[in-house]
Amino acid sequence: MLTVHALKRLHISVSFDLQDGECVALQGPSGVGKTQLLRSIADLDPNEGMVKLDGTLRETMPAPTWRKRVTYLAAEPGWWSDTVQDHFSGWDDALPLVTRLGLPCSCGPWPIQRLSTGERQRLGLVRALMLRSRVLLLDEPTSALDSASTAAVESLIAERISNGTSVVWSTHDNAQARRVGSRVLVMNADGGIEDNRP
Amino acid sequence: MSYIHLAYGDLVLPALLVVMDGALSLALRLKLEKQLAIATVRMVLQLVLVGYVLTFLFAAVSPLWTALAAVVMVLFASREIVARQKRRLPGIWSYGLGAGCMLLAAGTVTMFALLTELRPDPWYHPRYALPLLGMILGNTMTGISLGLDVLTNSLVRERAAVEACLALGGTRYQALLPVLRDALRSGFTPIMNSMAAIGLVSLPGMMTGQILAGVEPIDAVKYQLLIMFLIAGGTGLGTLAAVTGGARLLTDHRHRLRLDRISTE
Repeated sequence: MLTVHALKRLHISVSFDLQDGECVALQGPSGVGKTQLLRSIADLDPNEGMVKLDGTLRETMPAPTWRKRVTYLAAEPGWWSDTVQDHFSGWDDALPLVTRLGLPCSCGPWPIQRLSTGERQRLGLVRALMLRSRVLLLDEPTSALDSASTAAVESLIAERISNGTSVVWSTHDNAQARRVGSRVLVMNADGGIEDNRP
Repeated sequence: MSYIHLAYGDLVLPALLVVMDGALSLALRLKLEKQLAIATVRMVLQLVLVGYVLTFLFAAVSPLWTALAAVVMVLFASREIVARQKRRLPGIWSYGLGAGCMLLAAGTVTMFALLTELRPDPWYHPRYALPLLGMILGNTMTGISLGLDVLTNSLVRERAAVEACLALGGTRYQALLPVLRDALRSGFTPIMNSMAAIGLVSLPGMMTGQILAGVEPIDAVKYQLLIMFLIAGGTGLGTLAAVTGGARLLTDHRHRLRLDRISTE
C-alpha cells in the first residue's frame, strides 16, 4: 500500500492512500499541480511530508531503489540515447509489449528523431512497464494517442492492476477517469485534493 | 646566450598597427574603436605592471611572495571563469569550484614539474614557478570554463532525458553521464586542437620567446614539449574535477536534478 501523508511541494498539500491493485484517477485544471504531485511522490523534486510503501518510509531506501518501485512516467518521456533499443536493458524482452501497443518489432534500431509524439509516448510507457514497479505514476499517458492506441494502453494497464500494481493516472478526460479509476482525486487551485469515491 | 634589447621607443611603430585597426573600425563603422582603445591601454598597463612585479619577485625569491602571487593569479582566473558562464553555479560555488579545481590541477602539475623535471634552486624560485603556473592556469581556465558552460547548458536543454533516466531508477551519475561526456569533450577540445596544430600552423609564444632570447631551437622545443604535456595534464585534471564537481552541485543526495540552483546572468 502506498501512503501519502501531508505531502507538501510549493502550494500543494496532499494526503491519500493507494491500495495494492488499485487505480485512482487524478484530475484538475491545467496548472493546478498534478504533475508536481506525481513528481513529488517519486521524489524527483524537493518536498516535505511522509510517503511510505508497505509501511517503509521513502527516505529509508536509496532514491533510485524507491523510483524503481514507485515509477513516474512523464507525459512527454525523455530520451538520452540515439536509438529506441538503447533505452532498454533488454530490448527482446520488451518486444511483446511494444507490439501489443501497435508498434512494429523493427522499431528497435530506429533513431528517436523518427518517432512521432504518440510513438514516443507508447515506447516511454513500455520502458516504464519493464521495471515491473509496485506503483505507477502516469502523467497523462494517452494525451497524444488515438482512440485505438488509448484502448490498448488502458487494457495493458488494467492487466497490471489486476496483477497487483497500483496506479495514479492523471488525465483531463473525464470519461477516461471514470473508466480507469476506482475513485477520482480532484486537485483544486489551493493545492488540496477532493477524494471522490463512486 | 644573447638577445636584441628593446627600448620602449622601439614599440611605438608596432603600436601604430593597433591604431590602424582603430582607423579600420572607424572607416567601416564597426564601433570597435572604444573597446580596442580600452583593451590596448589595459594590455599595456597590465604587462608593464607584471614586468615590475616579476622583477621584484625574482629579486626577492621569497616563498611567501611567490605563493601570494600564485593565489592572486588563481583568483583572477576564477573570476574569468565565472565571467564566461551564461548560467552560473549557486552562491560561493560559482567562484569556489573554478578556483578550487584550478588550484588543484595547475598547482599539482606545476609542483610536479618543479620537483621532478626542472628542479630549480630553491624549488619555488619565482622565475620558474610563476611563468609555468601562468601558462598552465591560462589553458586550464579555458578547459574548465568550457566544460562548465557545456555542463550547465546541456543540463537545461536535456532535462527531460536526464529526469527520464532518474525516474526509471538511474543514479545521478548514470543519468548525467551523456552530459558529462559532452562537457569533458568540450573542455579537452582546445588543448587537443592546439597539440595538433603546434609546430605546423602555429609556433607557440613561449618557444618563440626563447628562440628570440637566444636559446637553441631544439632546447626551446624541449621546453615547449614539457609545457604542452603539463598543460594537457592540468586541463584534463581541472576539467574532470570541475565538471564532476558541477554535476554534484546540480544534483542532490536523493539523486534529483536541481536546476533551481543555477542562476542565469
